[in-house]
Amino acid sequence: MIRFNGVSKHFGAVRALDVFSLEVREGLVYGLIGPNGAGKTTAMSILSTLLLPDAGTVTVDGLDVVREAGEVRGRIGYMPDFFGVYDGLRAAEYLEFFAAAYHIPPAERQRLAKMLLELVNLPDKADVYVDSLSRGMKQRLALARCLVHDPRVLILDEPASGLDPRARAEMKEIIRHLKHLSKTVLISSHILPELAEICDEVAIMDAGRLAACGTVAEITAVSRGARQMKVEVLDRAEELAGFLASRSGIAEPLVDGPAVKFFLNGERAEQAALLQEIIYAGWPVAEFGEVRRNLEEAFMAVTGEGGENIEGN
Amino acid sequence: MREINPVLLKELRQRFRTPKTSWLLALYLLVIGAFVLGFMYLNWRHSPGIFQPSRSRELFMMLSVTQLVLLAFVTPGLTAGVISGERERQTLNILLTTRLTARQIVWSKLVSSSAFVVLLVVATLPLYSIVFLYGGVAPGQVLGVFGSHLVTMFLFGSIGVACSSFFKRTGVSTVTAYGLAFALSAGTGFLAVFLYQMDRFQHQEAWNPAAWSSGFIAGAVEFLQNINPVFVLMKILGQGGIDTGVSLGLPYWGIYTVFYLALGVLLLYWSARLLSPRKRG
Repeated sequence: MIRFNGVSKHFGAVRALDVFSLEVREGLVYGLIGPNGAGKTTAMSILSTLLLPDAGTVTVDGLDVVREAGEVRGRIGYMPDFFGVYDGLRAAEYLEFFAAAYHIPPAERQRLAKMLLELVNLPDKADVYVDSLSRGMKQRLALARCLVHDPRVLILDEPASGLDPRARAEMKEIIRHLKHLSKTVLISSHILPELAEICDEVAIMDAGRLAACGTVAEITAVSRGARQMKVEVLDRAEELAGFLASRSGIAEPLVDGPAVKFFLNGERAEQAALLQEIIYAGWPVAEFGEVRRNLEEAFMAVTGEGGENIEGN
Repeated sequence: MREINPVLLKELRQRFRTPKTSWLLALYLLVIGAFVLGFMYLNWRHSPGIFQPSRSRELFMMLSVTQLVLLAFVTPGLTAGVISGERERQTLNILLTTRLTARQIVWSKLVSSSAFVVLLVVATLPLYSIVFLYGGVAPGQVLGVFGSHLVTMFLFGSIGVACSSFFKRTGVSTVTAYGLAFALSAGTGFLAVFLYQMDRFQHQEAWNPAAWSSGFIAGAVEFLQNINPVFVLMKILGQGGIDTGVSLGLPYWGIYTVFYLALGVLLLYWSARLLSPRKRG
């Protein structure tokens, strides 16, 4: 549904995107995370037809965002990280205005505004001036605004930014509901645990590049191509650490009580082979498996702030 | 039936919903009304029971020039924040991701702001009619004055929109728009008079300018006075400008209208280009 193919974008000497490639399949809630300046907003702006890439192509539903920008705009709903307020407009008028801007026939606009306000739990705010709504309500109204033309793709830049926990929970519920409506949602956020809860897949960006992508489970298990493993033995844990350090594809074995934690380059077959070797070597194995980290730890590791690097072992 | 541009409808709704609009209109009428009626009162006090058409004509001229000065103040002020204001409110990107084109956005912003200025001008019609009642002014002159006001408003509005699209901050945009409007309203006039006087002075000193130089300066003076709103207004009201003896192929009002409309359209086109993704980043 969304495809970035070798996209680069510079702002003067600053490289915001550096041969960035990503594919988001239809119907997924896809999280885009990365440190400040990683290029998330630039990627979203290009996708929203607001910026032109210097190189590479971006398509939405097969349409090129540069050559077919008008068509793309009909398929996307874009919500920036800050909700801009129009003074002197009521919530329903605000939605009707954007419905008109998307060429929705006048006869449908009132009904549409009413339906969308119900969808975002603001049915009683139709006649309230937008600038008098709370931040959480404004964010929900902004989300409703994104939906006026029934887009197939939603681009949400930091939708939970500045919201209190209750408002964030409401926003999460709405995004889950959008998934049930078969919308493809690309969402960026700094609140990683919440992304982990609502996203089917996540991409981690760093310095304008794609550092890692996959399901949350995959991302949390894999960092820079390595999975963190843990093997618990009944005795001789220190010896096991030495044994593991001598193996190829294994890095940073650390003794943690009766267990040894280490990073393994490889998939399930390599894990099985390693377990077999340990058992054949005579260690009484009590437990063997991947260490599931949370998204925040994975993010720190992938973006280099965790100091992990197993490549080349 | 073709639907009204949504941005225009929204802008009109927002502008005319606020009490500030009524207050501004009232204040504008108060200033112009106090000026006209005050002048008429003083005239009546000076010679009770008599109102000379020549005095009425003078009053009409003063009223028209005052109106022009007020338009030069109001129009750039209203338009210089239309795009930068959207940018500051962070609503511009949202607008640009809708099916509206940059041209539609720019045009509707100009029309909605100008609609208010037109309202100001139209609201002063009763005052004009009072002056008109006492004679001394031809109907064609009244139409000419209103026509020139509309053309001036279009260019000043376009300057405001262009500054608003170019500058990120409304403050900078407003100052620049006022500066450009002043350069057009006063600068062209001063320059025309300066060149004219300089040319005359050089001839008096028996300096021997090349024939093209004098012709060029005369042409420049003619052009400058024909694009100066005050000179043009005076010519509409029968006051002669600087006699250069040069013909630029069009009557003065034709040059004024073509120049102002063409420049305004170019500025709007440029503004739309500035908003398109190709020029942003």
